[in-house]
Amino acid sequence: MEAFFSSLVSILFHGLAFGAILYVISVGLSVTMGLMGFVNLAHGVFAMAGGYLMISAMQKLGLAWLPALLLACAAVALASMLLERLLYARLYGAGELEQVLFTIGLIFVAVALARLAYGTGPQSAPLPDYMKGQTELFGRTFPSYRVVVIASSAVLIAVLWIGLERTRWGAMVRAAVDNRAMAQSIGIDTGRLFTYTFALGSGLAALGGALGADLLAMTPTYPFEHLVYFLIVVAIGGLGTLRGPFVGALLIGIGDTACKYWMPQFGAFFVYAATMALLLWRPQGLLGRAH
Amino acid sequence: MFGDSGAAIGYGGSARLRPLEVLPWVLAAVVFFFAPNYLPLGAYILIMILFALSLELILGYGGIVTLGHAAYFGFGAYVAGILAVRVSGDPLLGLAAAALAAGLLGLATGAVILRTHALALLMLTLAITSIVFEIASQWTSVTGGSDGMHSVPILPILGSFKFDMFGKTAYLYCLLVLFLCWWLVRTIVHSPFGMALAGTRENDVRMHAIGAPVYRRQLIAYTISAALAGVAGALLTHTTQFVGLSVLTFELSGEVLVMLVLGGIRRIYGAFVGPVVFLVARDYLAKQSPEYWTLGIGLLLIFIVMFARGGILGLMDSLRRRLVRKVS
Repeated sequence: MEAFFSSLVSILFHGLAFGAILYVISVGLSVTMGLMGFVNLAHGVFAMAGGYLMISAMQKLGLAWLPALLLACAAVALASMLLERLLYARLYGAGELEQVLFTIGLIFVAVALARLAYGTGPQSAPLPDYMKGQTELFGRTFPSYRVVVIASSAVLIAVLWIGLERTRWGAMVRAAVDNRAMAQSIGIDTGRLFTYTFALGSGLAALGGALGADLLAMTPTYPFEHLVYFLIVVAIGGLGTLRGPFVGALLIGIGDTACKYWMPQFGAFFVYAATMALLLWRPQGLLGRAH
Repeated sequence: MFGDSGAAIGYGGSARLRPLEVLPWVLAAVVFFFAPNYLPLGAYILIMILFALSLELILGYGGIVTLGHAAYFGFGAYVAGILAVRVSGDPLLGLAAAALAAGLLGLATGAVILRTHALALLMLTLAITSIVFEIASQWTSVTGGSDGMHSVPILPILGSFKFDMFGKTAYLYCLLVLFLCWWLVRTIVHSPFGMALAGTRENDVRMHAIGAPVYRRQLIAYTISAALAGVAGALLTHTTQFVGLSVLTFELSGEVLVMLVLGGIRRIYGAFVGPVVFLVARDYLAKQSPEYWTLGIGLLLIFIVMFARGGILGLMDSLRRRLVRKVS
């Protein structure tokens, strides 16, 4: 019984860390998809860019872990703003197929650039000393890195939720998600709102990618490999909300960890099967609203 | 959406064979007689044309955006491989089994995914491919797992045409199967059923309003498309005697989508032009620098979406229209 309990705690803990990273990366995707109705398959590109830029900042500029992380995040947010203005914005009114093709094209470009710049092998950022070792909590020991991941994600999530619920900008975003035409007609500049929200979502993805670089290793095919999980989190959670992908990320993070721990012979089979069942039951996601 | 040129849409077009439609088959014959070194590549191109054609039926005509068409291609490939190893290596039997199996999978999964729209539909197609992939990668005793199945024993076609090492039989075999499938797709597209399918793509609300059985039509098209993709997969197994996990990847689904769009969507021959250009170019360029090849494909896709949504054939159409206008 004790052995089972301890494996359960371990699964919950690792699942929570994985889920936290998935959430930080995917939440921007949920907001941009809900806000703009844009099928952005290239969201993982921003996460990958965050991870690689952090590694570069540490190796080339000699920055410490945290400044490198923040720098990477800011750089990706700025770059994504440019990308949104130049390319994404032209396709807001276009069909699903164009958006899918365009973002697949972006993934190809990003994969090629990553391979040219960093080679094909996996890379990870060297962790600072205080994240190496173990941390003792409630009479058990946990790997410190994952504790940091969970704690910082929790802070981030709290800031994000308060920001969306309490600030003027948050109210504008919520209004635009609910009814874009109405939001425009009462004088909200939705174009600018989209740009800033997109940049925020991409910046968060970069943060998640960099923060989770030790969990999801940086390889050039990162945006392809993890695309399905990012999309699943958003799809089963529900578009355009902050809570939806949170529930989705926790379910997938813990579910995936449990499946791989208890039934490694089935791989990720049950995660996909459960996703299918869930989407059939609620096509709009757990917390999404039916259209 | 794509393609504003009325002539290319497919409905309303005459079902009579135009002289230009003979061109692909003449070219295929020319390759067979005058470029024997390219037969293995040629056979692969023919297979991808069939795969693209199957996608065209549901994406171009049905308007169903899928990211998981490799599921049916790969399923057909594995069915053909497993059948050859365990039961019989007869190719025609393999083709029939792959078509049937992939068609049934298409029917079962299509019945589910066609009830949804937009992101949920996209996700379900991805999830289905991932599930088939996981089964193929984990069920090692049957599928060979990540090693795949090597040297799959394939018998001569009809007991008399052996697969030779120059790939002559394989090329003609693929060509013949492609020809039959092309004829089938062409007939479907020009039939009232095909027009109703295109009508659903253009405006499904209106199709519902006039009482058309939208869901049933889409499901039939999806099943046929899956069966054709399965046949293409089986051809790959038969001609290479190998099945690996790469036939079930998201990358393959993406690649065939790229080929189709490159050629030109919403017209049968886009599925012919795209794979030829894409695969011949890859044969030359990808060997020298795979990174720049990937970069080029990505930039090309972005370019097509931004400036040339009709693909190569669409560009040729507008070029021709401009020339005609100048002359008259």
